Amino acid sequence: MAQRGIREYHGKRMLARHLDSFIKQGVGYEGHIVLVDENTDWKKLEKENPWLKKEKLVAKPDQLFGKRGKHGLVLVNKNLAETRKWIEERLGKKQVVNGIEGTLTHFIIEPCVAHEAEYYAAIKSAAECDYIYFSLEGGINVEENWDKVVTIKVPVLGGIEEVAAEVDKAMPAELGKNRELVANFLRGLYRYFAAMHFAYLEINPFAIAGKKIVPLDMVAKLDDTAEFLCTEMWGSDIEFPAAFGQNLSPEESKIRELDALSGASLKLTLLNPDGIVWNMVAGGGASVIYADTVCDLGYSKELAMYGEYSGNPSTSLTYEYAKVVLDLMTRKADKKKRPKTLILGGGIANFTDVAKTFTGIIKALNEYGDKLKKVNARIFVRRGGPNYQEGLANLKAAAEKLGVPIEVHGPEYHMTRVVADALKF
Amino acid sequence: MSRPDYLLFDRTTRALIYGLQTKAVQRMLDFDYCCRRDTPSVGAMIDPGKNGSEKMFWGKKEIFIPVYADIKSALMANPDIDVFINFASFRSAYDTTIEAMAFDQMRTLVVIAEGIPERQARHMRALSQQRGKVIIGPATVGGITAGAFKVANTGGTIESIIESKLHRPGSVGFVSKSGGMSNEAYNIVALNTDGLYEGVAIGGDAYAGSTLLEHLLRFEANPAIKMLVCLGEVGGEEEWSIVEAVKSKKITKPLVMWVTGTSIKYMPKGIQFGHAGAKADAKRETAEAKNAALKEVGVVVPQSFDDYDKAIRETYQKLVKKGVIKPAADVEPPVIPMDYAEAVARNLVRKPTNFTCTISDDSKDELLYAGHKISKIIGEGYTVGETIGLLWFKERLPRWAADFMEMVLKLCADHGPAVSGAHNTIVTARAGRDLMSSVAAGLLTIGPRFGGAVAGAALMFKAAVDEGQTPQQFISVMKKKNVKIQGIGHRIKSLKNPDMRVVLLKDYAGKHFPKTRLLDFALEVEQLTTSKKDTLILNVDGAIGVLSVDMMHGLGWDEERIQSVVDSGGLNGMFLLGRTIGMIGHYMDQNRQKASLYRHPWDDILYDLPVAD
Repeated sequence: MAQRGIREYHGKRMLARHLDSFIKQGVGYEGHIVLVDENTDWKKLEKENPWLKKEKLVAKPDQLFGKRGKHGLVLVNKNLAETRKWIEERLGKKQVVNGIEGTLTHFIIEPCVAHEAEYYAAIKSAAECDYIYFSLEGGINVEENWDKVVTIKVPVLGGIEEVAAEVDKAMPAELGKNRELVANFLRGLYRYFAAMHFAYLEINPFAIAGKKIVPLDMVAKLDDTAEFLCTEMWGSDIEFPAAFGQNLSPEESKIRELDALSGASLKLTLLNPDGIVWNMVAGGGASVIYADTVCDLGYSKELAMYGEYSGNPSTSLTYEYAKVVLDLMTRKADKKKRPKTLILGGGIANFTDVAKTFTGIIKALNEYGDKLKKVNARIFVRRGGPNYQEGLANLKAAAEKLGVPIEVHGPEYHMTRVVADALKF
Repeated sequence: MSRPDYLLFDRTTRALIYGLQTKAVQRMLDFDYCCRRDTPSVGAMIDPGKNGSEKMFWGKKEIFIPVYADIKSALMANPDIDVFINFASFRSAYDTTIEAMAFDQMRTLVVIAEGIPERQARHMRALSQQRGKVIIGPATVGGITAGAFKVANTGGTIESIIESKLHRPGSVGFVSKSGGMSNEAYNIVALNTDGLYEGVAIGGDAYAGSTLLEHLLRFEANPAIKMLVCLGEVGGEEEWSIVEAVKSKKITKPLVMWVTGTSIKYMPKGIQFGHAGAKADAKRETAEAKNAALKEVGVVVPQSFDDYDKAIRETYQKLVKKGVIKPAADVEPPVIPMDYAEAVARNLVRKPTNFTCTISDDSKDELLYAGHKISKIIGEGYTVGETIGLLWFKERLPRWAADFMEMVLKLCADHGPAVSGAHNTIVTARAGRDLMSSVAAGLLTIGPRFGGAVAGAALMFKAAVDEGQTPQQFISVMKKKNVKIQGIGHRIKSLKNPDMRVVLLKDYAGKHFPKTRLLDFALEVEQLTTSKKDTLILNVDGAIGVLSVDMMHGLGWDEERIQSVVDSGGLNGMFLLGRTIGMIGHYMDQNRQKASLYRHPWDDILYDLPVAD
């Protein structure tokens, strides 16, 4: 539920589909681009995209990381057969990029566009306004030459029309006869950016070919909360891939699915599956503080996961969530024989029914009773809110019946004090 | 009603709630009552498209809160409302907020929904600034002014509100992003100071409608607030503006602040915490950088959240010592009666029931017929007869009995259009009445003369056998009493021209019933009656009646149980249920034909009126 990166492929396809409807004289980008992964049917691809055989091609991975040239991951000016061979040699291979190891799974192929100048354009959303950036010095060196970047502020209420003339004025003289073309392009790009609910859009570089503007490289983030407004415009194939090297575990994927399906909020990021401290915390704000406190007390390496559940989740949703956590936690005992520690933390709920959510947790605890004992588990609870007394009492009784040591506290106990208690091994 | 700019809510503030949020509204009213407000803080609710009112509690008394179909009419009728609490979903929260903002009387708009597109959230804020309004949210629980006004679910249950002393003002102003943590913080403030004056949760989204700083500056301007407490969060630049404000002396009151998210450095890059805005893209946005900068300009920053309470307590005590704060006195709030539903949930009340049901239960997870789960009934393929057995006799009948019941249903399902039941159904259907009326018209003809002799026959024959009468004695007794024997006699059928239905019933009973004591007796009676008149046979009602009793004997039920079924007249149910099938058929049949209104012909009626003078 926030700003999320999309593939260059989808960014460019969207641009080709919609950009010209935001510009008086279109810039004619055709969106010749294909996405290749391990399931690609090359024959079909060739048939549907005749340009693949006619033109010299460019290929590169499309997995939300930059500086691909630097890592030798850009192939330029080759025919289809050569490009295919190059991609196939790399598909499914491990690769370290910017210090993170991941698997290369997606590549894009585009026509190789002969060009001279490389320009930089970007639009960024910020609290008080949007920023349009433009530079004659596009490409990988734009950050080093930031002083040459032109910045145009677009006000929230007035929008681009209020600063339309400023865009013209900001165009450097060096653009010559292309000044109007680029100004029109930037204005159109902004309207497109706003209408499509982008949070960030960078075209670096783009080239000018006659009256056409061709984006060579693109980075884009969408505000995924706008999905209900943009489903059609974004296209049915839009996806929000995980960052490179961050392949979601099946458990994380499951929680994401549950999260997407319900009005409540469920989050799970596995940090260290062998860790001995398992925070299962209610509330977006409280969950961060519990993680902080574990780290402050020197147990960052033992923190197994970051997660939270909030927004009055149903009993069954809490049960599903707890089951995933307990399952991960009880897979193996600690090598040093320390107890696995479950912290069921939380602040004082405003309207979440604590007894109800705890009923889901208790159901999961009962299922994992034996496994919990095998990993020598202990449980520390701190929670307040509607029906918390009942919830705490039920939880305590359930754990004691299972023979799992448990300590429960209500709002009279400082929220994070239970963390220090839990971390006495 | 003018309030200073620094004050969003006071004891006379009235709000408009967008959405029929009766639970949240009741919590607001309970809070009001606890604070001994003179008037409810909820002026009206909006239920798009519907006007009316909603009954709510004011203490023990019930009051009406008006409900309007749209924002405009609600505000026109309630010029004192200046707070809008928007419960619309993320899809429509933007439009409704913008609409409400257009009214001059509006001062503060609270947007509860999470997941409003960032572009819309930003636009809302920009518009509010242009129009001089304050937005709290989106993605928030709201805010509270202790002892005066609370937004929706802020502060949680009434117990938790009283525990956190929110029913009377203290000296502390608090602001955070997190709604859940705001409630936690009110508790911390209550435990370590003389309590909260005002608290706000601005919401966890990246673009909030108002900022932490804006609220801190309001607190700074409010002479009743002596001390500021703030909870910041990793991500964004907001806390840096607080650093600037402290540095430039725009904030001079003591401020205790902690920025959460110090653990993000141990997390994978790009992790999304629970709040959309909690994501550090640059070093300046980290919790460490912000905490260090705050500390440097003189803000009281604890070591970690674990010491947050201590930092608040010490700062407060210093202010008391200096005489800046004169601790607010504790106030005993009035008791709010517990809701009946809650008392029930907590096992605190009991009351005698007015109804008892012993056959079916819809109050459990799964529907039960006489203790049998509906999934079992379907899964194990219970027959219709077995299902009837569950609901009529509270047990799963053996197949021979269940099949007998089904057989009766089939035999009774219809008997042509001329019988009184079908006739009435047809006439009613043709008068244009609906299914229920038409079938009911047909059913109402069932009685001792038509179809309803099943129970009567069972009763009479059973009594005779129980008393040990011979068939001849039985006939004589009935004759003496001048009572017609129910279940005997047919208009056209005779021994020579038997009713096939009776033949089938006798046949079945002979093969499957353990004993047919009553049937045997009835057949002996039939022998005697038919000797007088050919058509005085055991008819279908009689056969069903006596066989039903034989069935119950065969099931091994005790006398008392059998007698109670017979006495209740329930055995007519078999005819009633069966014939309903036919009546529905006749109704459909007439409808298919689009049959017009039936009017009985005059020439079929003898008019024989008295002659008047």
